Amino acid sequence: MLQVKDLKVSIDGKEILKGISLDVKPGEVHAIMGPNGSGKSTLSHVLTGREGYDVTSGSVSYLGKDLLDMEPEERAREGIFLAFQYPVEIPGVNNMYFLKAAVNARRVHQGMEELDALDFMDSLKEKMALLKMDDSFLKRGVNEGFSGGEKKRNEILQMAMLEPKLALLDETDSGLDIDALQICSDGVNSLRNKERGFVVITHYQRLLDYIVPDFVHVLADGRIVKSGGKDLALELEEKGYGWIEGIDAA
Amino acid sequence: MNAVALTEYYRSALAGRELPGAGLAWLSDRRSKAFAAFQGFPTTRDEDWKYTKVAAIEKRLFQFVPGMCIGLDEDDIEQYLIPGLDSYRLVFVNGQYMPMLSSKRSEQPQGFTVASLSLVLSEQPEAVESVLGTIADPSDNGFAALNSAEMADGACVILPAGQVADKPIQILYLTTAGGDDIVAQPRNLFIAGDNAQATIFETYASMGDSTYLTNAVTEVSLGANAGLNHYKCQTESGKSYHVSMTQVDQARDSRFNSHLVSLGAMLARHDLNSVFNGEGGECVLDGLYVTDGRQHCDIHSRVDHVQPHCRSDEKFKGVLGGRSRAVFNGKVYVHVDAQKTDASQHNANLLLSKDAEIDTKPQLEIYADDVKCAHGATVGQLDETAVFYLRSRGLDNEAARSLLTYAFVGEMVDRIPLAEYQQVVRGHVLARLPGGDMIRALM
Ligand SMILES: Nc1ncnc2c1ncn2[C@@H]1O[C@H](COP(=O)(O)OP(=O)(O)OP(=O)(O)O)[C@@H](O)[C@H]1O
Ligand SMILES: [Mg+2]
Repeated sequence: MLQVKDLKVSIDGKEILKGISLDVKPGEVHAIMGPNGSGKSTLSHVLTGREGYDVTSGSVSYLGKDLLDMEPEERAREGIFLAFQYPVEIPGVNNMYFLKAAVNARRVHQGMEELDALDFMDSLKEKMALLKMDDSFLKRGVNEGFSGGEKKRNEILQMAMLEPKLALLDETDSGLDIDALQICSDGVNSLRNKERGFVVITHYQRLLDYIVPDFVHVLADGRIVKSGGKDLALELEEKGYGWIEGIDAA
Repeated sequence: MNAVALTEYYRSALAGRELPGAGLAWLSDRRSKAFAAFQGFPTTRDEDWKYTKVAAIEKRLFQFVPGMCIGLDEDDIEQYLIPGLDSYRLVFVNGQYMPMLSSKRSEQPQGFTVASLSLVLSEQPEAVESVLGTIADPSDNGFAALNSAEMADGACVILPAGQVADKPIQILYLTTAGGDDIVAQPRNLFIAGDNAQATIFETYASMGDSTYLTNAVTEVSLGANAGLNHYKCQTESGKSYHVSMTQVDQARDSRFNSHLVSLGAMLARHDLNSVFNGEGGECVLDGLYVTDGRQHCDIHSRVDHVQPHCRSDEKFKGVLGGRSRAVFNGKVYVHVDAQKTDASQHNANLLLSKDAEIDTKPQLEIYADDVKCAHGATVGQLDETAVFYLRSRGLDNEAARSLLTYAFVGEMVDRIPLAEYQQVVRGHVLARLPGGDMIRALM
């Protein structure tokens, strides 16, 4: 469903991604691991259409369409979702109104009827229960004054409400204690199915005990330097990134 | 027109009028002193009018329209009233008091006065003699002077000591569609005796899009421990001019809570001033403005902490689009004896276009040494990271921007404690923001 081919991206003339290729098929979970500053978030931002990045070469096709040609909202409505590494606080924009606007924008785009207030609430309450979020959250501003863990849970809640075809999770596990990690992973796992693809970006092998990937890629200095199955993550955990870079250099 | 010719013009315009209470010596004296203070309108050479050019007002010869008969009924004014609010009502159209549209005499409050100033001047002038024209200084500027030279009509609320108004008071100032070149000069007087309490709404609106001048002066006198909630909403025609001064005199332990909404008019200028003449007073000045096109909005406030232990808290937010311009100038004077003053003042602005312009200047002048004062101003644009976050969830660019814009200014709407009025203000604000309909649909 997602084909990234030799993608090169610069910020202000500085090359950050130096030729990335990635092929995600429906139902697959790909994990991307890599040290700080290797370009993981850059990849997630380019895939979702954030401004400020120059794609200097390569292509991205999503469900047969040229992804890079689409506006961020169009990508979202076509089923791409990014759980942000740093979810944005938006004081004054009510969480519930925001979610409803997002859900209905996608539904209208996909030719479905808008959810009425009751159906929307039913669906929302059900997902909030799964993520152990209490009702007070509905009245608050988007991520306004949320703890780190609450923000990450809110990302997963949005994902559950938007039912994406392809979900990108950027370090959703970072900064979570083990209980919160369990809750978030359960949320993600409940969405796994034969059609939905996932790209899970993480620093820590720990997450992959909960969300078991089909493929693991190691991103270092803007390149995928190694790909393998889920065992690669364990090996990395044991030997560190130096091991990969060592192999790379040899 | 030069100042001399302008003075002549308004002198003859006023001279041809039969003003209410003309036989009262004290009143004639105050009117003529005020007219003597009228030396034309302020220019940008005046420090307080540096950023606000009123040459366009000077160029037009605005006319008073005494006795003009206006055939309006309830249905015509319905949409300007706060829905579902049970209130005492005073309605003015083109500056004229409209008894048929106001609360009937049989529905007058018990124990206090809600009436037109002209009626009070003819029936109980002694009730206002010590106050009318003594709080607002006509020599402050030409507009205040011109208003004070007329002092013909406006809303008058008088609460004796200990009187708590059983219902809010709603005052409507309307201008009709054909009201080109009219000058309406509401002269309002609100007197609350010791321990008295009331809530007053001033609504300024147009029934068409004529070019006219509203030049209002509101004097407020609060006795010891009195409380007034004062809400003002200005949504006048985009071709009109709105100039107003609200001047408050606060005795000890009194509370003045003000909320000002300025959305309409080609040029709007609000002066909002309060003086603490006793200890323990409190003054809250909240407000918002939204401007677009070539609109100009100027908010000038001044709080004088003359006595110790008073608290003032001012917060205004503005959203500027198009080529519009806004001015915020807030002064807090802490006089030498005003120890333990607690004063804060904030102004935040959101610029939606490159051509919009804001001049903001919160000012503190402190002559006492044991005080707590804070002030600040911000000018910013929409947070692009937040825009992207919303778009990444499927909201289109415009929707994301309007949501963030409303979130910014909506804080000031949410601060209105009365739900019915909050709803009205929210509607007006949304009607002026890009994508407002979309936000309304969400709520
Ligand atoms: N807006 C920007 N302007 C300039 N350089 C940037 C910008 N954003 C990212 N970079 C640089 O690009 C490189 C990759 O950053 P990116 O955020 O993609 O890394 P990451 O792998 O997600 O790191 P982390 O694990 O810390 O989240 C870094 O060197 C970073 O400093
Ligand atoms: Mg990152």
